Amino acid sequence: METLLNPLLQPLIRPLEMLFMQRALAIGVVVAVVCAVLSCFMTLKGWALMGDAVSHAVLPGVVIAYALGLPFALGAFVFGVGSVGVIGAIKQHTRVKEDTVIGLVFTGFFALGLVLISKIRSSVDLTHILFGNLLGITDADLAQTVAISAGCLLVLLVLRRDLLLFCFDPSHARTIGLNTGFLHYLLLTLVSLAAVAGLQTVGIILVVAMLVTPGATAYLLTDRFDRMTWLAVLSAVSATVLGIYASYWLDASTAGCIVVVQTLQFLLVMVLAPRHGLLAQRARQRASTQGTQSL
Amino acid sequence: MASSESGISIHHLTVGYNGRAAVVDVSLELQAGSICGLVGMNGAGKSTLFKALMGFLRPSSGSIRISGCSLRQAQLRQLVAYVPQSEQVDWQFPIRVWDVVMMGRYGHMGLLRWPSVGDQRRVQSALERVDLWPLRDRQIGALSGGQRKRAFLARALAQGAGVLLLDEPFSGVDINTERLIIDLLLALRDQGATVLIATHDLESIPSFCDRVVLINRTVLAYGDTSEVFTQTNLLRTFSAAPSPSAPS
Repeated sequence: METLLNPLLQPLIRPLEMLFMQRALAIGVVVAVVCAVLSCFMTLKGWALMGDAVSHAVLPGVVIAYALGLPFALGAFVFGVGSVGVIGAIKQHTRVKEDTVIGLVFTGFFALGLVLISKIRSSVDLTHILFGNLLGITDADLAQTVAISAGCLLVLLVLRRDLLLFCFDPSHARTIGLNTGFLHYLLLTLVSLAAVAGLQTVGIILVVAMLVTPGATAYLLTDRFDRMTWLAVLSAVSATVLGIYASYWLDASTAGCIVVVQTLQFLLVMVLAPRHGLLAQRARQRASTQGTQSL
Repeated sequence: MASSESGISIHHLTVGYNGRAAVVDVSLELQAGSICGLVGMNGAGKSTLFKALMGFLRPSSGSIRISGCSLRQAQLRQLVAYVPQSEQVDWQFPIRVWDVVMMGRYGHMGLLRWPSVGDQRRVQSALERVDLWPLRDRQIGALSGGQRKRAFLARALAQGAGVLLLDEPFSGVDINTERLIIDLLLALRDQGATVLIATHDLESIPSFCDRVVLINRTVLAYGDTSEVFTQTNLLRTFSAAPSPSAPS
């Protein structure tokens, strides 16, 4: 029996014997969970572009924090939230439309980060920040990511009802006395922290996929928010584990593999989802046209 | 009951966007236990006034007091409820009718928004009052136009606020729902509520509004429905082109 199963299980077990793979899987799963929960709010709020902006804008903060020996998270927080402030200010005081301002500000911040990296002598490797370095994780990285993720998850857990109300109906949130400005910036702060956590796994460029795709996939599968959250987590964690294995077997980019698996999951769900999938919609349309014909 | 300390009181309110005033020098006293219709053309400042009453726009001058409190205090005391226009709601949102109505109770709950038995009972009775109890587990968008309106009205009922702001509650609803909403508003008025209702449905106004405000950037006329809701006044409200400085 054992000899029969061995060839099947070998490819799954062998990578686990290596420390770097254990760490990669551990940190990958932690980040996947936080980003997945957050992605539910991002997709419902329609903030994909905002997530993209914030995750790119943290770059100069990360570089400066690194140069000064401060925690990454602090620099990312300042610049992530700062970019949102700048976006808001420009939008309010000029006639330029919001999506233009977002595109303009986040590329500006990102470019500033690139300049800083090339001028500040440090051991920060640009490609690691941009595309992740899941296979070279240190204990300190792991500790920091777990701390950030645990903090974010706790906040999301405690305030999930307020955040959900803020996404659904900010006017009502306001009229019952909730501080909508606080919730707005809180959500964006969580995004910048998630961007830092995701920096190790998939890098700044692809972290927006972690912050959008699981939520979008889950949104097509259910009409209940709590189920949507669980499905997003399930999808993100499975995509991360599968992606890490795939990158090991194929000797390909880890970040790339994770995001490709996530995207494939979405496409599959988009076609096959029981109620909101394309096939189900097609079937409903056919049923209704047949119904009218038979009348 | 109808003391000057209850209801909505607006004094010389001027408010707008980016320094351009959309509503100028509006003064209104809405007494508790009355229903007031807010009538004006599109762009006349109805939604601006509502946004100011919800605290989304800061007045450039003037003041708003609700039941004798500042706006923020009134909000924190759960005195104000808002029923939005249908266009403002994301009907695909993954949320059930029950959850929407429960959101009316959030302000009464602790930080975790953990509903008590009392909260659940209030939500149930609100749903029963608008005939939606059997549909409580439906996703909010799986309701008809009239049912959707009633769900949001139930949220306001569950909140138990004394001041109700309704934005176009009759658009896209059937005659039964319109009747049900009007009856509910009349019942709330008799319990002492202050109701401000922006509507295009002019025909129904005399049947339930005690007072009417006609606006076009500022108050053209305000008073008892029988005195203010006249042909001449309506003609003034709807024929005058919005003044050139008003945002389109």
